This record gives sequence, C-alpha cells and structure tokens, in this order.
Amino acid sequence: MITIIDYGSGNLRSIKNALKKVGCQVKITKDKKQIKKAETIILPGVGAFGKAMKNLKNYKEAIIRHIEDDKPFLGICLGLQLLLTKSEESPNIQGLNIIPGEVTRIPPLGKVPHMGWNQLNIKKNCPILEGLEDEYFYFVHSYHAKPKEKKVIAATTNYHIKMAAVLWKDNIFATQFHPEKSGKAGLKILKNFVKLSK
Amino acid sequence: MLTKRIIPCLDCDLQVPHGRVVKGVEFKQIKYAGDPVELANRYYEDGADEIVFLDITASHERRETMIHVVEATTENVFVPICVGGGIRKPEDFVKMLKAGADKCSVNTAAIKNPELINEASEIVGSQACVVAIDAKRRYLENPRESDERFIVEVEDGYCWYECSIYGGREFTGIDAIEWAIECQERGAGEILLTSMDRDGTKKGYDIPLTRAVSENVDIPVIASGGVGEPEHMYEAFTSGKADAALAASIFHFNEYPIPTVKRYLKDKGISVRL
Repeated sequence: MITIIDYGSGNLRSIKNALKKVGCQVKITKDKKQIKKAETIILPGVGAFGKAMKNLKNYKEAIIRHIEDDKPFLGICLGLQLLLTKSEESPNIQGLNIIPGEVTRIPPLGKVPHMGWNQLNIKKNCPILEGLEDEYFYFVHSYHAKPKEKKVIAATTNYHIKMAAVLWKDNIFATQFHPEKSGKAGLKILKNFVKLSK
Repeated sequence: MLTKRIIPCLDCDLQVPHGRVVKGVEFKQIKYAGDPVELANRYYEDGADEIVFLDITASHERRETMIHVVEATTENVFVPICVGGGIRKPEDFVKMLKAGADKCSVNTAAIKNPELINEASEIVGSQACVVAIDAKRRYLENPRESDERFIVEVEDGYCWYECSIYGGREFTGIDAIEWAIECQERGAGEILLTSMDRDGTKKGYDIPLTRAVSENVDIPVIASGGVGEPEHMYEAFTSGKADAALAASIFHFNEYPIPTVKRYLKDKGISVRL
C-alpha cells in the first residue's frame, strides 16, 4: 500500500492510475494520522514552492518522522524540490531541508520551462533506476535542485546545463521528471519503487 | 538532450455518447476516425509524446463527456494529455486536471478575456496553461515599417497574421505574433499555433509563421495545421524552430504511423524519443 499525500496540489489521479497499472494499492489522503501510519509515502507536486510548503505545514512533522524511520519515500517534481532547504521561487519560505541545498531557476539559455522528454545520465546504482539505461522521461519544470552533497544525485539530465534529475539518499528517492507521465519507462520506475516498499 | 515532441490531435465530436474522433477535410467533408479512448491508447502504444483532445463542439453541455474521455484514457495512457475546446474559466482547467489531464488549451476565451491566462496560470501553473492561436495570413500590398503589425516575409510576398476565434468563424484584428508575446507575459506555458491557411491542405506547416512566433517567445511552440508527410515535421523543427509538431489525419488514416515518422526524423538528425 502506497500513501499519496494530498495537500492540494498536483495531478493525483495520474499517479494513482500509474501505480494501479503496476499492481499497487494506493491511498490518497489528507489525514495526518494516515500519513503517520503510512509504510510508504509519495509526495507529488505541481505549482509554486512557497504555496506548496504552506499547504504542507501540517504534514511536515509526519514526513520528517517517516524519513527518520527509514521508510520508503518518493518525491515527484516539486515533491523533489521541497526536500531541499530553500528555493529561489519563494525566497522567504523554508523547504523541508531533508536534503540540504538550494533550488534555483533554470538559466535562460533555452526555453524555460524545460518541457518535454529527456534522457538521464545515471551516476549511481540507484534501485529505482534499475533496468532503465537510455530511456526518456517527461520533464516540466522551471527550477532545478542543487543539493550541497553531490553524492545524493543519482542521475542528471542535460538541458543546456547539467541538472539533477534523480536524488537518492538512503530510503529517500526523488525524481525531477514525472514517472507517471513517462510512458513505460516511468511505470518501470514506479514498479522499482513499489518493490522497495514490500 | 531534449527531444522534439510528436503530438497526435484528436478532434472530438461529443454529441454522441462517449464521443467520436472526426477530421474535417478542408473544412467541408467530415471523416469519422474512431473512438477517442481507443485511438489515444493506440497512439500511446505507438510512441506519441503527448496527446491532444480537442472538443470541436466546444459546448459546455458536453463537458461531462470530455471528462469521461479523459478519465478513461488516463487509466492506460501515461503520457501528458492536453484538452482544448470549451475551456472558459479557471474552474474548467481545474476540472480537467482533476480528471487526469495535464494541460488545457484556450483560444476564444483567452482573447475575449486575456486575464483568464493570468488567473489560470496562477491557479494551475504555467505548465498547464496552453494558449491556442489560429492564425490567418493577411497579405500586404506595400509592406512598410509598422508599429502595430508584425510583418513576416513569406514565399509569395509579405503578410501579417490575424487571430481567429470560434473555430475560425470570426476574426479579431489581433496580430497573432504580438498576441503570442502577450500570452507569454500573462503566464501561458506553451503556444499551440495553427495555420488556418494550411490546415487540412497537407501542403506543410506555415513555416514563416512558426518561426516568427518561436523566435519571439521563450516558451515552447507546437506547430499545427497542414502536415501531409514527415518531411513537413522536419521543416517545422529546423526552419520553423518549433518544439513540437501536431498532426491528425496522417496518423488517423495510417498514412504515416508515429514510429515511421519518428524513424524518419531520427535518420535526418532530429532528436526524438524512440
């Protein structure tokens, strides 16, 4: 059973459908108690950093506890960025600070947002990336994460510059792209993640 | 490297239960192309990078039918879905996104009330807010410097491009390129650019139009209208500087299936997802 935190942002139906497709049971919830009890959490996210952090306020403690208990966690897109300390998008608002570092705007060397299908440069033998060399994933974002510790970057992607695409630290996984919108390769990532939670 | 996107467009007539995909041939004859959900599934399996549903009836009463189409499609289709036609209020964006769509496109409603772009992009994010522009060439006898019009050199003279609304039935006097720039400033995340002169002709996209818009905005541009063969997509991506190419009939009637198109583009050096 995977618990998706519903904090008022994001396209939850797509993630639910994709998890169902890989044979996983899903619970979408706003209830703090359910989140505290969850074995596995997915933090989705579309929208602005500051607004998301405000909506996430009540769940912050439960998320941090979940991570400290070393239970599997997957952040998607903004759900990745929220793990960092702060973002240029909302300079006065603190992130979850689970992965120290900053989120900055993609430099205007090309069109922003970085929107479309791109490949990964896989740096680490990350369990959710198993069997996924040379695949394409669907990205749509205007900001990118710069973790302080480079070793948490499991994969990067190239869009004029090299950007973090997958973060991995212990049982915390996060993708800048949308696995639920990345065709069969994306489903494979979710399947790999679901396997970890069993 | 970011790939160029190939996007099948499903024009949906929602006046029958579950809707049906249709394609107008030069605006007159209407050909029936299939069931929206089934076609979307086929294109997903074929490697479509994104799928556009366009409600050509664009009526508020059929909203529920479109929602069902999106819900049923996203159970098995895991690429971005864009819905256009009949989107008028920020709430319409929210409803479609809740049903599983990723983006909504607006044309008429945005021209009538440009604030809609600001409001919608504020609520659902720029990435979900696509502005569709239907542009028609207006040739000029004596092209002179003009502050009001963005003048483009085309193969047979000079023209500016006028925005049309209500599916091409009404003209607005608005300059399409200036409007595209304004849309970006207001928060649009993408421009779906259709050439009315080329739509249905199979003579190729309007390349000067595509290039003019693409060079003047910093958001992605989807070329649309007129594709008849894969080479036209190659032109749209190279001379036209488009980020994505939309097509309908070449896919519906199996003239050029998506894998054939992508293989052709890849062989010519275009970065595509295979």
